[in-house]
Amino acid sequence: MEFFERFAIPHPSPMIYASMVAIGLTVIAIIAGLTYFKKWGYLWREWLTTVDHKKIGIMYIISALLMLFRGGADAVMMRLQTSVPDNTFLDAQHYNEVFTTHGVVMIIFMAMAFIIGLMNFIVPLQIGARDVAFPRLNAISFWLYFAGAMLFNISFVIGGSPDAGWTNYYPLANNEFSPSVGVNYYNWALQISGIGTLITGINFIATILKMRAPGMKLMKMPMFTWTALITNLIIVFAFPVLTVAILMGTLDRQFATNFFTTTAGGSDMMWANLFWFWGHPEVYILILPAFGIYSEIIATFSQRNLYGYKSMVGSIVIISTLSFLVWVHHFFTMGQGALTNSIFSITTMAIAVPTGIKIFNWLLTMWKGKIRFTVPMLYSVGFIPLFTIGGVTGVMLAMASADYQYHNTMFLVAHFHNTIIPGVVFAMIAGLTYWWPKMFGFMLNEKIGKWGFWFMTIGFCFAFFPMYITGLDGQARRMYTYSEASGFGPLNMLSFFGAGLMAISFIIIVYNIYYSFRYSPRNVGDDPWNARSLEWATHNPVPEYNFAIAPQVKSSEAFWDYKKNGHQLFKGDIKDIHMPNNSGQPIIMAGLFFIFGFSFVFYIWAGVIISGIGILACLVYRSFEKDDGHHIHVQEIKETEEKFGGAKK
Amino acid sequence: MKLNNTQPLEYSTEQNKINIVGFWIFLGAEIMLFATLFTAYFVYENRTGTGPTGEEIFILGPILINTFLLLTSSFTIGLAIHAMRINRKKATLAFLGITLVLGAAFLGIEIYEFMTYYHEGATLQTSGFTSSLLLTLGTHGAHVTFGLFWGLAIIQQIIKRGITPQTANKTFIFSLYWHFLDVMWIFIYSFIYLKGMM
Repeated sequence: MEFFERFAIPHPSPMIYASMVAIGLTVIAIIAGLTYFKKWGYLWREWLTTVDHKKIGIMYIISALLMLFRGGADAVMMRLQTSVPDNTFLDAQHYNEVFTTHGVVMIIFMAMAFIIGLMNFIVPLQIGARDVAFPRLNAISFWLYFAGAMLFNISFVIGGSPDAGWTNYYPLANNEFSPSVGVNYYNWALQISGIGTLITGINFIATILKMRAPGMKLMKMPMFTWTALITNLIIVFAFPVLTVAILMGTLDRQFATNFFTTTAGGSDMMWANLFWFWGHPEVYILILPAFGIYSEIIATFSQRNLYGYKSMVGSIVIISTLSFLVWVHHFFTMGQGALTNSIFSITTMAIAVPTGIKIFNWLLTMWKGKIRFTVPMLYSVGFIPLFTIGGVTGVMLAMASADYQYHNTMFLVAHFHNTIIPGVVFAMIAGLTYWWPKMFGFMLNEKIGKWGFWFMTIGFCFAFFPMYITGLDGQARRMYTYSEASGFGPLNMLSFFGAGLMAISFIIIVYNIYYSFRYSPRNVGDDPWNARSLEWATHNPVPEYNFAIAPQVKSSEAFWDYKKNGHQLFKGDIKDIHMPNNSGQPIIMAGLFFIFGFSFVFYIWAGVIISGIGILACLVYRSFEKDDGHHIHVQEIKETEEKFGGAKK
Repeated sequence: MKLNNTQPLEYSTEQNKINIVGFWIFLGAEIMLFATLFTAYFVYENRTGTGPTGEEIFILGPILINTFLLLTSSFTIGLAIHAMRINRKKATLAFLGITLVLGAAFLGIEIYEFMTYYHEGATLQTSGFTSSLLLTLGTHGAHVTFGLFWGLAIIQQIIKRGITPQTANKTFIFSLYWHFLDVMWIFIYSFIYLKGMM
């Protein structure tokens, strides 16, 4: 029995027990459903073992939507708790756990996954490639991310959630102040999914550098591919820092070392520095692809080419460099002194310049364009003013001396949600709606989508604008309650109302998927939006091999040239296409990583050793494996092309 | 599979080229990993608490031997690649074998060094300085250990399959990894040991 006691929840409540039951029932329902409909084989062959970038992209997006639900539920719980003064819906400990998991889930397991999912699906198509550079590694990336996400998500029913904030500052996160295994979960979940993300970074840089269609020079890449390239460069240079920081944290908590302690020469500020040296680039990892998505959408629906292509590229390169030079602005108040603060204040403000250039480029793209207000375009148009407000409040926060007023208040919370939601979340939904026909061959319903947009936007404004005011009035973030005398009550109630509207918009978006799946016409053609870049030059949905003949490219808008200027995209004859084989190894290996992480969290050394050996065995197996892939033969390609509506010329 | 005979064997297929580019990008990530460890070490260097300082525990002898071992192994793996390019299977295997033996000797001495530290009371737990020192050295040592197993797997494959575009590609990538570890050791030698003993 003693062995099992460690898995108990330190702060149980009826809600957690209800969640346990719900999780248990869902798992049983899924297993029973798969067995009843005999879908296990299909699931294993077509999805779990796939190395196809398109299917991996879709799995990323499905996981991200699940995580959006989880993180969103956390958000609504927080807003509910703070909607009235002296509320007792959550106690302090639960509130700590909820804001911690909300932050981690939304950043690492929702936004990252969604962005990487879209990159997975779109980038190889935009550059006219058959797949990514390392399809097997791509599957490993996804399954490691998934293992990390699952590890993190079981924490609240087994052993207790992390509760030291998503920033996980020491000494708060050490054993003395965070005695439950929660922070161990944080460490191992982030470590495992972080390895997956790093592999993705390497994979996509190699893909974009080496696998572009003939004629596609770097300066002729579509803007989303450019942002994907830069984002992956940031990933490769930022994630190893997180790896080291988390390793140090793990050693501190589980092996009593002295990295982030306050005695024996340890330095708790080391964590803050390392964390934000990764953490600040991380927000640009999220926002740059979002910028890329907006660039594609705004150009398409303004029916004009993207204004200032070169300055757009220059801006993202400058932003990516500056993103590594601003990390101290997250802790201006922690005693660096005036000179250091001034330097980081200036570098932070400097980011507004390239970002501003991008904003003006989007506006000038729309200028005199024939704008069509579709759902993706609505999100993009909504993004521009809302994101600008978020950016301007960011410049306010960048002023080190003024930051002493804003630091750790709701003002900050309002600011970063003001950039992340209109910036990243809008882009994800816009991108999903825009590329949906590419993925599934039918369109999402426009009318329902527009309802979703308005609920989302209005809900966002109600949820976060009041926080600017309460923050300036001194309401601290991460406080589970406040007194009635503080006067924060009404504005917090307004925030809760806004959060409710956003929750409704999420339901509308999910309902739209269901509705469109049932009722949308399937004959939308290959180019339903009258788009401009290469991904629309193949069929909807995309055949396994993407392009029967590798396309020839002359400009960043090859498909537009093809449609309007008589550019010939596909020259030559169909030849045999070499494709990689599916493999069950990635999911098995990620399962072993899950066991490894779980055992480490609870100090179960037998589990650590066995799964560790298993992981090494997978590596050895892979090294000796002979896997030359397979060929799709000309006859088969021709038949497929016929089935999809005729070969492309 | 298309073979391009104007290029060395390890670059001869499209996938081989992509593998090498991918590995260079991975080495970029590794540079960041070690850069983080070094930066942290420089902060912790003088934060020794009640534990020993670097000057008190560093001994030049074994460190110097280790430097020679690893530098020589970098040379021998270069010879292995040369032998591979002129298609001399036995010489390739021999030089790879020597490389791994030198690596194993390096590792043995490093373990001995760690045990000495342990007996002198400089453990992973002693102070910020020792935690950081042993994490940095340990990360390097773990890389060498991983490299030994990796190298063994490659030797096995060359014995079984000969020098093919695939095995040549793997050997070349392994040599990049090994050279990288050598470069990191030069940094460790200069900026941890020599600086600490000055």
